[in-house]
Amino acid sequence: MSVEAREARQPWILLSPALTAVGLLLFVPLIFIVVYSFWLRTASGADQVGFFLDNWQEALTDRFYRDILLSTLRIAAITTLVCALMGYPAAYFIARSRGNKAILLLLLMLPFWISYIIRTMSWINILGVSGALNTALMWTGLISEPIQMLYNEPTVILGLVHFLLPFMILNVYVSLDGIDQTLEEAATSLGANRWEAFLQVTLPLSLPGLAAGGLLCFVLGAGTYITPLVLGGPSDAMFANLVFEAIITQLNWPLGSALSLMLLAVLGLLVAIYNRYLGMAQLMKGLG
Amino acid sequence: MSSVVLKNIVKRFGSYTAVHPSDLEIQEGDFVTLLGPSGCGKTTTLRMIAGLLDPSEGEILIGGKRVNDVPIHKRNLGIVFQNYALFPHKTVADNVAFGLKYRNVSKDEIARRVEEALNLVQLPHVGGRYPKELSGGQQQRIALARAIVIEPDVLLLDEPLSALDANLREDMRVELKRIQHQIGVTTVFVTHDQSEALAMSDRIVVMSGGRIEQVGTPEEVYNRPRSEFVANFLGASNILDGVCRERGAETATLEVPLFGTVPVPQDKAAGISDGPAKLVLRAEKLTLMDARADITGMIAADATVETVDYQGQTVRYFVRAGDRSFQAINMINERPFPEGSAVKIAFRSQDCAALPG
Ligand SMILES: Nc1ncnc2c1ncn2[C@@H]1O[C@H](COP(=O)(O)OP(=O)(O)O)[C@@H](O)[C@H]1O
Ligand SMILES: [Mg+2]
Repeated sequence: MSVEAREARQPWILLSPALTAVGLLLFVPLIFIVVYSFWLRTASGADQVGFFLDNWQEALTDRFYRDILLSTLRIAAITTLVCALMGYPAAYFIARSRGNKAILLLLLMLPFWISYIIRTMSWINILGVSGALNTALMWTGLISEPIQMLYNEPTVILGLVHFLLPFMILNVYVSLDGIDQTLEEAATSLGANRWEAFLQVTLPLSLPGLAAGGLLCFVLGAGTYITPLVLGGPSDAMFANLVFEAIITQLNWPLGSALSLMLLAVLGLLVAIYNRYLGMAQLMKGLG
Repeated sequence: MSSVVLKNIVKRFGSYTAVHPSDLEIQEGDFVTLLGPSGCGKTTTLRMIAGLLDPSEGEILIGGKRVNDVPIHKRNLGIVFQNYALFPHKTVADNVAFGLKYRNVSKDEIARRVEEALNLVQLPHVGGRYPKELSGGQQQRIALARAIVIEPDVLLLDEPLSALDANLREDMRVELKRIQHQIGVTTVFVTHDQSEALAMSDRIVVMSGGRIEQVGTPEEVYNRPRSEFVANFLGASNILDGVCRERGAETATLEVPLFGTVPVPQDKAAGISDGPAKLVLRAEKLTLMDARADITGMIAADATVETVDYQGQTVRYFVRAGDRSFQAINMINERPFPEGSAVKIAFRSQDCAALPG
């Protein structure tokens, strides 16, 4: 074997344990799901093996699924927008702070040490009927009866923002941190005030990070079922809740599989568009 | 074009003083270099003039007006950064046009001035390219074009050539001087490279440890150093401890070990008084000669060659005379003296300078 051939082979040898794990844990189950989606659940509750298009037909033609898919994408989009508006200034502050960057980044990671479910449930103690906010408002006398603030779309979005904001901040931070500060100085020396310098130089150069953070927030937000389950009302179900419902509650694996593949296809398309224009490398920077 | 005046300027970072009280006057149209080793406060001084740092004390005047409270974007200065700081997402033409957009200049006028600036830096055809498509030297020129197209009152350059390789650096040196001469802008240039400073400046400000050591023309700071630091930083010098015996109208007479009495011209012995004094012998002015050579008109001592550092046209010798070592840099026309050979080291008294002891 030539030296080049050996060198070309080396990365694959090093990657093989990881690739095996990904293959076994991701691709094999995915193939099962694809196969399942063509089976059929009979009235007796047993799955009928075969090649049926019934699940796909139901998933693609039933308006109920379409409406929930659209509202899922809408909620994910609003969440992403809120994360961007809140996360950008925070990331800017961290990137421009002098000595305590490491501590600020550590604080940002801190929520990850607590389970996402627990973090989501904590809102019940804050916004619930006997939660902190109601208790405080009653105490001040502003209200006499507790208000039900939970279980609606805004609280779902609140929970999602709470969950996803660190991902946005990290991604924007990474791209801001990579921007040479003398660029802004150069812009101000040429006559731009600080705000103009930001708009002309820093903002455009940080857009890749914003896009990466946005993609991450959108995909994770659109794929979640815990937040709507814990903080949403009956009409706030998101698409992943339908999958959960079909598989866990109704034990209808074939329909659940078709629905989850539908969501995967929509989000996959989004990732593909992102990759086409910005490339995956930027996303990896923000994750690592 | 404007003069720049620093009055008793001080910069502290916390408890650390980066620039001690300093005064400096820069004449309109002058090319002034801040020269000194790394960490001596050159960049800090430049950034205070630019408005990128607030002085802790003192006043800065540009064109006679106090600018301490004028923010950078209203100072009308051209700054060239060490790393060029070109906007990577804008074309070369947009980079150069950037400052004009904030100056009420019409579109046609912007296009005309950008073209003119690109011509001035001899890169007329790169306007449509992006900075990363240019070489380091070309990026440097674009950074210069961007800074001068706005017709700044003062041009500030922080080690602009240090990122270039040696050959390019010498070309850019000539180029930069030509452009500065052509537009006549007051220029403050920062470097740690003495040959750059000597070649380009009208006046040199030698700095050390946050203090200004000496201000003068290149010829002055080179031939008439006012401190040991200046004598050593601008080329290599041999400094001998001695005593000043007499100060006449023409010369000050120093007595030093090894060489005896040396009459130093008065203009190179400013500030010394009777008593302890130091003799500065530049390495370039100390000549190695054959042990039996005729040394009429020169002051000489016997020495032994210890180390020979051959550099082509010149050679740097380390020789031992008495109980100390001397450095000599000589032109050579044939072969250098070999290590171990017995020689005479000689100099002319008018090539010496004297410092207070
Ligand atoms: N922002 C800062 N905070 C603290 N110390 C600084 C800062 N900027 C510069 N210094 C210190 O001030 C001194 C002078 O720095 P500088 O002006 O950059 O030197 P030079 O440009 O001559 O190499 C150095 O010792 C440097 O460490
Ligand atoms: Mg510096």
